[in-house]
Amino acid sequence: MSGLGVWNYLIIIFLMMTGFYMVISSSNLIKKLIGLNVFQTSVFFLYISFGYIEGSAGPVYVEGVDLYSNPLTHVLILTAIVVGVATISVGLALIIRIKESFGTIEEDDLHKMDSSL
Amino acid sequence: MLMHLPVLVVLAPLLGAPVVALMRGSTWPWVLSTLLSWFSLLCAVLLLVQVQSQGLVIYTMGGWEAPWGIEYRIDFANALLLVLITGLASVVLPYARLSVEQEVGTERAPMFYAALLLLTLGLCGITATGDAFNIFVFLEISSLATYTLIAMGRDRRALTASFSYLIMGTIGATFYLIGIGFLYVMTGTLNLADLAGRLPAINESSTVRTAFAFIVTGICLKLALFPLHLWLPNAYTYSPSAVTALLGATATKVAVYVLVRFVFTVFGIDFSFGMEPLAEVLIPLAVIGLLSASTVSITQPNIKRMLAYSSVAQIGYIVLGIAMGTAMGLTAALLHVFNHGLIKGALFMVLGAVMYRMGGTSLSDMQGLAKTMPLTFWAFVIGGLSLIGVPLTVGFVSKWHLILAAIELGWWPIVIAILVGSMLAVVYVGRVIEAGFFGEAKDPTRREAPAGLLIPVWILIFANIYFGIDTRLTVDIAEAAAAQLMAGGIVR
Amino acid sequence: MTANIALILALLIPLFGAVLIGLTGRWPNLRETVTMVTAVSLFAAVIRVLMGLYAGEDIGVEVVAVMSGVGIAFNTEPLSIIFAMVASGLWVVTSVYAFGYMRGTKEVNQTRFYVCFAIALFGAIGIAFSANLLTLFIFYEVLTLSTYPLVIHKGDAKAKAGGRTYLGILLTTSIVFLLPAVVWVYAVAGTLDFMPGGILQGNLSAVPATLLLLLFLFGVGKAAVMPVHKWLPAAMVAPTPVSALLHAVAVVKAGVFTLIKVMIYIFGSDFLAEVPYESIAVYLAGFTVVAASCVALRQTNIKRMLAYSTIGQLGYIVMATMALAPFSEIGAAIHIVAHAFGKITLFFTAGAIYVASKKTELAQLNGIGWRMPLTMTAFTIGALSMIGVPPTAGFVSKWFIMSGAFSVENYFVIVVLVLSTALNAGYFMPVIYNAFFKAEDVKPDKDHGEAPASMVAALCVTASLTLLFFFFNGPVLDLETQIFGGAP
Repeated sequence: MSGLGVWNYLIIIFLMMTGFYMVISSSNLIKKLIGLNVFQTSVFFLYISFGYIEGSAGPVYVEGVDLYSNPLTHVLILTAIVVGVATISVGLALIIRIKESFGTIEEDDLHKMDSSL
Repeated sequence: MLMHLPVLVVLAPLLGAPVVALMRGSTWPWVLSTLLSWFSLLCAVLLLVQVQSQGLVIYTMGGWEAPWGIEYRIDFANALLLVLITGLASVVLPYARLSVEQEVGTERAPMFYAALLLLTLGLCGITATGDAFNIFVFLEISSLATYTLIAMGRDRRALTASFSYLIMGTIGATFYLIGIGFLYVMTGTLNLADLAGRLPAINESSTVRTAFAFIVTGICLKLALFPLHLWLPNAYTYSPSAVTALLGATATKVAVYVLVRFVFTVFGIDFSFGMEPLAEVLIPLAVIGLLSASTVSITQPNIKRMLAYSSVAQIGYIVLGIAMGTAMGLTAALLHVFNHGLIKGALFMVLGAVMYRMGGTSLSDMQGLAKTMPLTFWAFVIGGLSLIGVPLTVGFVSKWHLILAAIELGWWPIVIAILVGSMLAVVYVGRVIEAGFFGEAKDPTRREAPAGLLIPVWILIFANIYFGIDTRLTVDIAEAAAAQLMAGGIVR
Repeated sequence: MTANIALILALLIPLFGAVLIGLTGRWPNLRETVTMVTAVSLFAAVIRVLMGLYAGEDIGVEVVAVMSGVGIAFNTEPLSIIFAMVASGLWVVTSVYAFGYMRGTKEVNQTRFYVCFAIALFGAIGIAFSANLLTLFIFYEVLTLSTYPLVIHKGDAKAKAGGRTYLGILLTTSIVFLLPAVVWVYAVAGTLDFMPGGILQGNLSAVPATLLLLLFLFGVGKAAVMPVHKWLPAAMVAPTPVSALLHAVAVVKAGVFTLIKVMIYIFGSDFLAEVPYESIAVYLAGFTVVAASCVALRQTNIKRMLAYSTIGQLGYIVMATMALAPFSEIGAAIHIVAHAFGKITLFFTAGAIYVASKKTELAQLNGIGWRMPLTMTAFTIGALSMIGVPPTAGFVSKWFIMSGAFSVENYFVIVVLVLSTALNAGYFMPVIYNAFFKAEDVKPDKDHGEAPASMVAALCVTASLTLLFFFFNGPVLDLETQIFGGAP
C-alpha cells in the first residue's frame, strides 16, 4: 500500500461525509441532490479502489504483463453510474415539477406551505 | 419452457414495459400489462410447485455457471414472495383501469402502466436473483419506478413525498452498495450462496462486520423500520390508489426478504445473532415502531395515511419475528409478509374505491358508507378485522404464530407488546367502521363503486378469508422456507 | 340421519338461516316464518345429537386442519349438549317473543336484527360443539362480532357508547388475555383438544399455571368476572329479545361454558387442585357475586338491575366450578340451565312491560301487577328462581353447589351463597311487592293490559319451564354425573 496508501480511502470518506452532510443540511432541493450525487460518487471511487492491485496494469491483455487490476469492480460501477444518473435525472425532473406547482424549491418554504410534509 | 420459469417471471414485465410505454390511450396498455402480470403469476405459481417438489430451483443466466455468471436461485422463501408480488400485481392491474383513468388521466396512462410493470419487474428481480449486485440493480429499478409512480398522484404533495423517498431510498441503496463492496473485497464473490460459503472463515474481520452494519441499515431504510420510516407515510398517502395498493402490499415486503436473505443465508445465524447484536438492536426498534406507529394511526384524519402508519407498525411485527432468530419466529415473519400483503393490498384497494366515488379518503368521506357503498364498506370491515387479527382471517394466522414464537422463547413482554399493538389496531380500525355505520353520508346519492373496482377488491378479501381458514398452504411453505433459511443457504 | 350429520346440520342451519332471512327481508311474514323454521329445525338437529349421545354413537367432525395438531373440529359431550339444548330451545321461544316485540316497538332494520341473531346462534352452537380450544376461540369471536350490530341496533348516541364498551371489553379481553392463553396451552401441550382429565398435567409447572388460570378467567370476558363485567350493563341498550336470549343465555353462558370446559378438559380437576392459589378464582368469583348483587340493589332501571343480577349469577357458576367438588361442578352445570330459564323470563317480562306501557324504570312499576297479571306472575317466578326458593329451578342448582361446598368444607362459598341469597331477595322482593300491593301513582295515558299475545305466550312458557325444571331435572342430572361422577 505504498503507492496510494490509505489516502484514497481517506478521500473517499471525506467525499462521502461531505455528500451526506449536504443531503442532510441543505434546504435547497438541488443542493440536496448534488450532495446525494457526491455521496454516490464516493462509493464509485471506493469500488474502483477495491479493484486496484499494487503494481498492476489496466485490465487489457498485453504481452509480458501478468498482473492486472480487477476489472469486475469497474464493470459493476459502470452499472452503478448508470443507475446514479437515472436517479439524479428523476430527482431533477421532480424538482422541476415541485417548482412548477409550489413555486419554490426551498425545503423550509415547502414546510411552511404544508405542515404534513 | 418450465426450465426457464425463474427468468420468465422477470422477463415478461421487462419486455412488456417498453412496448406499453409506446402505446397510446389507456385501454391497450392496460390490457397488455394485465395479461403480462397474469403470465408472471402463472410462472410464479408453477415455480412454487417446482420448488415444492425439488426444494431448490437454480437457473444460470446465459448458461454461465455461478460464481462467474449470475444465477437465479429459487427456494421456498423467494418462491412465496414471487407468488405474492405477481399475485398482487395481477389483482391490482385489472383494478387500476378505472382508478387510473380518474386519478392519473388517459394521457399519462401508458407511462403509468410501463412504470407499474417496471416496479413489478424490479421487485421480482430482487426476489429471484442469487447475486448481491444484481439485487442492487433491481432495487434501483423498482425504486426509480416507484418514484415516478408516486409522483403521478393527484395531490401536489405527491411530488415532495416522492422526492424525500428518492433521497432516503438512494441513501439506503448506496449503503447497501457499500456493504456488498466490502463483502466483495473480502471474498472475491458476489454470489449469495458463494458468499455464504466463504464468510464463516473470515467473519472475525472488521470489514465483514462493517459490511453487515451497512447492509442491514441500508435495507432497514428500504423496509421502513422505525425510525427509518419517515418517507413512508407521505409516499403511501399521496400516490395513486393502485400504486399504494401494490407498494403497501409488496415493496417493503421485498426489502424484508432481502434482510432475511442476508441475515440468515449470507451471514448465517451464528454470525448475525451470535457475534453481532442484531436481536438487541432490532427488537427495541421493532417494538417501539409497532407501538408508536399504531398509536399515531389512531389520530390520523386521512384513512390512507392511517393505514400507512399501520404498515410501519406491521413491519414492526415482521422484524420482531426475524429478530427472534428462531425457526418459529422466522416462520411467523414470513407468514406475516405474505398475509399482510393480502391485508394491506385489499384495504388500500378499498380506499381506492372510496376515492373513486367520494374523491377523498378522509374519515368524513368514510361516513355513512355502510348505506351508500355497502360492498366497499364490508370489504373494509373484513380487511380491518384481518388487520386486527380476528380468527378466520389471515391476520389471525400470522399473529398466532408470532405469539407462539414469542411464548416459545418465554418473551412475555414481547407477547404483551404484540397484543397491545392488536388492541391499538382495534381502535384505529374501529373508528372507521363506526363512522361507516353511524356517520351521516356526505352525499346520500353516491352509488356503489363500479364492478371493475369491486371484483378485484373482493378477490383479495376472499383470499384473506381463504388463507385464514385453510392455512396448510401458507404455513407449510413458510415453515419449509424457515427451515431452509435456518439451515443456511450453502446447499448446492 | 346419523348424529354426525345432525351435528353438521346444527352448525349449518343457523348460517343458512341467516342467509335466507337476509334474502327474504322484503317480506316480513316470510322472513319471520324462515326465522321460526330455522330455530325449530336447529332445535330438532340438536335433539338428534342428544339422542346420538345417549345411544353412545361416536360423534365428531373435523372440518379442516388449520395447523399441525389443531383444526376446526366439532364433537359433543354432556356439557356441550346441555348448552346447545338451552341455547337452541330458547331461541325458538325467543323468536316467538321477538316477533311481537319488534313489531310492537316498530323497530327499524328488523332484517339485520334477525340475520345477526341467527349468526349469533351459529356462534353459540359452534362454541357448544367445538372439539378444541381453537375452534372455541374462533366461535367465541364470531359471537362477539355478530352481537355487536344487535347491541347498537338503535343507532343513537347511547347505543353507540354502549356498543363501544361492549366490543371494547369483549374484544380486548379475548385478544389480550384469552388469545395468549390459548397459544400458551398450544405451546406447552402441542394440542388444543378437549380431553377428559386435561392436557396440561405434566406440561406446565404450578406457578405459571396460576398465571394461565388468571389469563383464562379474565380472558373469557363473557363470563363477566369482575372487573371485566362492564360490557354486560352496557349491552342493555339492545332490544329486549337480544338482552333476553343473548345477554342472559347464549353469550354469558358461552362465557361460563368456556370456563368450565377449560377447567375440566384443559386443566383437568386433578391438575387444577395442584395449582397453588387456585382459590384466587373462587374469591374473585365470590366477590363478583356479592358486589354485583350490591350494585343491583342500587339500580333504578329494570334491565340494568337484571344485568347486574346476571353478573352475580354467573359468579355462582364460576365459583362453583372453581370450588372443585363434584357436587358443586354439577351445580354449576345445572345452574347454566336453571339461570337461563329464570333470567330469560325476567327479561321477557321487562320487554313486555316496555312494549305495553313504555316503562323502563323500577319506580314506575307500582301497581302494574293488576294490569299485567300474567307478566308479573312470570316475573315473580323468575325472581324466586334467582333467589333460589323452591319450587323453582334456581333452588336445584343452589342446593348442589351448597352441598358441594359442604363436602369440601369451603365455608367461603357457603357464606357467599347465603349473603347473595339475602341480597337477591333484597332487590327482587320490593319490585314484586310494589307491583302487586301498591297503587298506581299516576294513571297511564293509555289504558293498557298485557303485551301482545306472542310475547305473553313466550314468557309463560319460560316461566313454566322454570317451575318444571324443579321437578323434572333428572335428564340433565344424569348427563352431568357422566362427566363429574358421584351420584346425587
